[in-house]
Amino acid sequence: MTTAEKISGHISRRHVLTGSLAGGFLLAFHLPLRATNEPVQPPDVTEGKFAPNAFIRIDTAGKTTLIMPQVEMGQGTYTSIPMILAEELDADFSQVMLEHAPPSDKIYGNPMFGIQATGNSNSVRAWWTPLRTTAASARAMLVQAAAKQWQVDPSSCTTASSEVIHAASGRRLSYGALALAASSEVPPKNVPLKDPKDFVLIGKPLKRLDTPDKVNGKVIYGIDAMLPGMKFATLARCPVFGGKVAKVDDSAARKILGVQKIVVLDDLVAVVGDHMWAAKKGLEALVIDWDEGPNARINSKDIWQDLRAASEKDGAVAKTRGDIAKGLATGEKFEASYELPFLAHATMEPVNATVHLKPDSLEIWTGTQVMTRVQSEAAKAAGLPVDKVIVNQHLLGGGFGRKLEPDMVVAAVRIAKQVDGPVKVLWTREEDMQHDVYRPAYRDTIAASLSGGKIVGWKYRVSGSSVMARWFPPGFQKGVDIDGVDSAIDMPYEIPNFHVEFQRVEPPAVPTGFWRGVGPNNNVFAIECFMDELARKAGKDPIAFRRDMLTTQPRFLAAIDLVAEKSNWGQPLPPRVGRGICVQPSFASFIATVVEAEVDEQGEVRLRRITSAVDTGIAVNPDTVRAQLEGGLIFGLTAALYGEITIDKGRVQQSNFNDYRMLRINQTPKIDIHVMKSGEAPGGIGETGAAAGPPALRNAIYAATGVALRRLPIDRALIAGGKKA
Amino acid sequence: MIKLTINGEPKSFDVPSDMPLLWVLRDVLGMTGTKFGCGIAQCGACTVHVEGKPVRSCMLPVGAVHDRPVTTIEGIGASPAGAKIQKAWLDLEVIQCGYCQSGQIMSAAALLASTPNPDDSDIDAAMAGNICRCGTYVRIRAAIKHAASQRQS
Repeated sequence: MTTAEKISGHISRRHVLTGSLAGGFLLAFHLPLRATNEPVQPPDVTEGKFAPNAFIRIDTAGKTTLIMPQVEMGQGTYTSIPMILAEELDADFSQVMLEHAPPSDKIYGNPMFGIQATGNSNSVRAWWTPLRTTAASARAMLVQAAAKQWQVDPSSCTTASSEVIHAASGRRLSYGALALAASSEVPPKNVPLKDPKDFVLIGKPLKRLDTPDKVNGKVIYGIDAMLPGMKFATLARCPVFGGKVAKVDDSAARKILGVQKIVVLDDLVAVVGDHMWAAKKGLEALVIDWDEGPNARINSKDIWQDLRAASEKDGAVAKTRGDIAKGLATGEKFEASYELPFLAHATMEPVNATVHLKPDSLEIWTGTQVMTRVQSEAAKAAGLPVDKVIVNQHLLGGGFGRKLEPDMVVAAVRIAKQVDGPVKVLWTREEDMQHDVYRPAYRDTIAASLSGGKIVGWKYRVSGSSVMARWFPPGFQKGVDIDGVDSAIDMPYEIPNFHVEFQRVEPPAVPTGFWRGVGPNNNVFAIECFMDELARKAGKDPIAFRRDMLTTQPRFLAAIDLVAEKSNWGQPLPPRVGRGICVQPSFASFIATVVEAEVDEQGEVRLRRITSAVDTGIAVNPDTVRAQLEGGLIFGLTAALYGEITIDKGRVQQSNFNDYRMLRINQTPKIDIHVMKSGEAPGGIGETGAAAGPPALRNAIYAATGVALRRLPIDRALIAGGKKA
Repeated sequence: MIKLTINGEPKSFDVPSDMPLLWVLRDVLGMTGTKFGCGIAQCGACTVHVEGKPVRSCMLPVGAVHDRPVTTIEGIGASPAGAKIQKAWLDLEVIQCGYCQSGQIMSAAALLASTPNPDDSDIDAAMAGNICRCGTYVRIRAAIKHAASQRQS
């Protein structure tokens, strides 16, 4: 059995629906809602198809199906990955169909992580070379098959739009016609890749493949899974982290029409009903006594006090060069610390999972960033072998790191043990917000010395939770969280004496997780804020100050110069209006961003304009790059202006969008993203805007008011009229 | 038994009259295009039209609809304004994750139907109740203007 045949064994478990969509694109997704009303499809065997690897299937009719190893959560990977494959395959992009990959770390594991996870802006950059090679190899096999049939040299053949062409004789064969013959060809070794100047798809702003069904209500997210006989459940955990159920009085809940069952577990209570409304009303009618346990006294004030104290002590050394003691003793020394709060993810699709647990098997419908982890954790919870667990992946209604966790699936499986038939477990927004895994609170301390208008010594310490230590232990070694110091150990400025530390400080009971922008959203903030303060100490313009320490960084210099020009940097502004810059090295992209903002007399901030220049290497789909920057900036600015999860009496105090605010359209300014031409390999892009927005805004406020804010979210009281630094 | 007209089709079902329209649509009728986002009319993901006006279905008891026609994302493409908005959304590639976009499109279609040439303040007023966590706001604004500039088809 070939590898491809093994995979199709997984794929055959899934039903595929085909639909014709606006724009002529064809998509095949697993859509359980409609699949339930359709006869079971025949298994998708690879026999009778050209299936040269785990990613490409071409049938004899020429239908080309591409299997997606990374998940689509809005970032556009279901367009950029197909573009990469179709480019080297020379497939007709308008006829390409997609399938979600089944869970398999071995076959679909992200080449950078080694596991099947979507995050860290890693999809395009990790798969760039492997998928190009895979597709080029498949293309070569199709060419070999055609050349054999025509008895010509393969090198005399070309390919375009799913056809092999022999120009000399004017002959053509479609990929469909070659599918069977190509299957018996041996893949060539060292297959050449296209010269980027020959790209026909990559670099073009092609239309997304996932959006046509997102305008008409047809798209099926995990929350939309509908199965025959399905019940609906919602749950409550103890409001205090780690608390347990003591006693439940369900007499009132049982009387509610549509309530079917009350499920009481040690740490949560769920109500199962005919629909979400019955489940929700039932849950509200329960009288639950919680055993709040040891965490009922935890509060933000103490957490910050502990974090501040720990952050003053030496951490584990992540990187050092030069002589930091000597460096800090040279010139004039300055110190500052920056603080970032806990944050919730608040994906628009609230956390949910639909599961059907049977004695010998488990089937799951959800949208997750971690297919294999969901499968293995669900198997554990169900007490079943992993191969008895089917995971039906869906498009995600936002991920942002929340769906790098399998907890919602595990909870659903535990509840399902007491439910006959399929059950959809949907969390209320309040439950979603109060039982998230939070972006850690961080405190970053910096000491730097200035001499001759440049930084000569830089000592930086990140203090906070290590998400890696829990989520991916190899990423936490010798006291250093590799994500926690990302963009700090590789900050681009030329500083001779340089020292970065990580201080792991775990908050009591508050679970922490990855959040869009990951490590860089903390480090870029602290570094870029302090750069502006140091520029002022040096008496230099913030851009000039940075440029003078980037003399060997042409990609940064180009991005900075472009953003300066496009943002009218240096042009006069009205009173209490400022521009702020952020330069970031994150995710192998080179980005400079300028935010222009006004601060009114009450300290309210109005965004006036945002400009970014981005060199992300080859922009596979430049419109997606623009969209990710636009959206990422809003995501980051939302956090800067409003985001903070606070804890009191062991509980999260925020609960919904009324007290955990989001930026809205009426607050959104003009955003201009300038995607720069580059021939370098692609960098990451999905997280970058989230990291760029907050420091650029804070520096704009600094320019507008002279107040050097050192904590997020922005404190209006500190920047109200008349306040001076 | 409650009777409603949804996207021009008569529907009847037996549910409590205080049940929000959102859950009737999603869980009883299987019309999952209308989304649950917050449950307290703060995010707009559940927006539908009742007699052409945008309402948050998560807070609207089904018993309060009476004989007023309901339009959802599944049916909005049948109206000229809805079709123009849907096309503009694709032309300008507004959508990212797409979860909020049913509600965005419903709010935008209602705006365009009542205000054929909306300016920025009209757009702010009509759309500020709809949160997009992917931050597609600049494209939503541009797409509404783009739709308004298209001739009636």
